[in-house]
Amino acid sequence: MTDIPTPTRRDAFPPNWPVRIGLALLAIYVAYASQIIDITWERFSQGFGHAGHFLSRMFPPNFAPDKMQLLYSGMLESLQIAILATAFGITLSLPLGFAAARNISPAPLAWFTRGVIALLRSFHPVIVAILFVKAVGFGALAGILALIVASMGFISKLIAEAIEDMSMKPVEAVRATGASFFSVMIMAVLPQIMPRFIGFSSYQLDSNLRNSALVGLVGGGGIGATLFTAFQRFDYDFVLTIVLAVVAVVMVGEILSGRVRRLFQ
Amino acid sequence: MSAETAIPARRWQRFSLTERIFRACFYVFALIAIVWAFQSVAVIPEFLYDAPAQTVDLFARMWPIDWSWYPKVVHAALLETLHIATLGTILAVLLASLVALITARNVTHSAALNLLGRFILVSTRSVHAMVWALFFVAVFGPGALAGTMAIAIHSIGFTGKFLSEAIEEAKAGPIEALAAAGATKAQILLKGFWPQVKPAFLSVAMFRWDINIRESAVLGLVGGGGLGMALESALDNLYWDRAGLVLIVIFGIVIVTEILTTYLRRRII
Repeated sequence: MTDIPTPTRRDAFPPNWPVRIGLALLAIYVAYASQIIDITWERFSQGFGHAGHFLSRMFPPNFAPDKMQLLYSGMLESLQIAILATAFGITLSLPLGFAAARNISPAPLAWFTRGVIALLRSFHPVIVAILFVKAVGFGALAGILALIVASMGFISKLIAEAIEDMSMKPVEAVRATGASFFSVMIMAVLPQIMPRFIGFSSYQLDSNLRNSALVGLVGGGGIGATLFTAFQRFDYDFVLTIVLAVVAVVMVGEILSGRVRRLFQ
Repeated sequence: MSAETAIPARRWQRFSLTERIFRACFYVFALIAIVWAFQSVAVIPEFLYDAPAQTVDLFARMWPIDWSWYPKVVHAALLETLHIATLGTILAVLLASLVALITARNVTHSAALNLLGRFILVSTRSVHAMVWALFFVAVFGPGALAGTMAIAIHSIGFTGKFLSEAIEEAKAGPIEALAAAGATKAQILLKGFWPQVKPAFLSVAMFRWDINIRESAVLGLVGGGGLGMALESALDNLYWDRAGLVLIVIFGIVIVTEILTTYLRRRII
C-alpha cells in the first residue's frame, strides 16, 4: 500500500483580525465618548435608585374621572390634528410628487421639486412645530401645520418613486388618443399609483397620530400638551395613563390602517 | 336568431361587489372624519390675523445669523449630539440583538419568550424618543446620559424588529449542518446565523444611526443634551439669531449624515 499524503488541514474558522481590530477601536470610542459626555457608572447607578422611586410613583396609573376628562379631550384633539394633517398633507403631496417624478415632469422642474422635498424632510417635526408655534401661536393649528410639512416630505417622495416605477404604456396609449395633460394624469397615472398611494396615506395617518403626541411637547396642542403638563406637575401616575393610552390608540390605528391597506391591494 | 343576441350582454367589472361596498364605505367614513375634524378642531382665529407678520418677524429676528455663537456653545453641542446618537445606536444594537434572539422562533423555541420579545419590541417602539427622554431626564437628571438612554431604548423596537425578521429568514441548512457536527449553541449563532444576518444587521444599524442623528438633535428640548439644549436656551432667551444658527447646523449635519450613509450603504452592501 502506498502512503496517502495527509492533506494539511486548514483551520476551519481562522481568526479575522480586521474585524477584531475594528471591534477594539469601537470599544475605545465608546470609552472615550462616554467620558466626553460625562456618562459615568456612578450617575448610572444613582439613576437606578431614582428609577425605583419614579416607578413607584407611576404605579398604579391614575384613572380619576377628572384626569380621564383631560385625557379624552387631549386625545380627541390629537386625533383631529392627525386626520387634518394627513388629509391636507397627502392632497398637497400629489402635485409635488407628480412634479418630482422624472418620467413625466421636465428635468429642471423635477430637480427643483426634489430639492424642496429634501428641505421639507430634513427638519424634525418638532423643530417645524417650534417655528409654527411662533408664527401662528400655541395650539392645534401649529401642530397641524408642522405635521402637514412632515407628511408632505414623506408622501411626495414616495409618490414620485411610485410614478417612476409605473408602466409608461397606459400613459402612451392615453396620449395617443389626443388626451390633455390632466386626462393623462387621471386616466393613466392615478389608477396605477392608487393602491400604493392609499398605502402610504394610511401609514402616514399612523405616523401623524404618533407624532401628534410629540408636537404637543413644544406647544402644538393635542395629547402631547397634556403629557408635558402632567410631567411638569410631577403627576407621574397620570403620565403613565397617558403613555398607555397613546400606545393603545397607535396600536388600534395600526390594525385599522392594515385592514384598509388590504382592502385596496 | 343569431347566437349573439341569445347571450345577454355581460358587464365586466374590475372589483367584486363586496370590494366596491367596502371601498365606498371607506371613502364615506374618511370624508366624515375629515369634516368632523375640520369643524371641531380648536383653532383660535385671532391668532391667525398676525401670522404673516409673525412669520416675517421670525425670519427678520434670525437675520443676521449670530455666527460668533458657534465656537462658544454650538460646536460642543454638535459633538455631544453626534456622541449621543452614536453611543445610543451602539447600545441599542447590543440590546436589540439580545431581544431579537429571544423573539426569533428558530433560535428560541419557547412561545412565552418569543411573546415577551415581541412585547418589548412593540412597546419600546411605540413610545417616542422624546417621551423616553422625559422619563430618563426624571431618572438621571438633564444631560447627555438621559438623551443616550432615550435614543437607545427607543431604537430597540425598530432595530430588533428587523433583526429578528432577518434571523427568522436565515436558511436552516448551515444551522442543521453545524448542529449535526456537534457545534455548541454559541458556535451555531456565530458561524451559522451571523454570516447570514450580517448584511441586514449592518444596514439596519446604519439606517438607525441616520435616524438617531435627527432625533438626538431635538432631544435637548426636553433636557436630553446636545444641539436641542442649545436651541432651547436660545429660544428661551429669545435669541432668534442664535436659534437660526442652531437650525442651520442641524440642517447641515442631517445632510452630511444622509450623504455619508448613502455612500456607506453602497460600499458595504
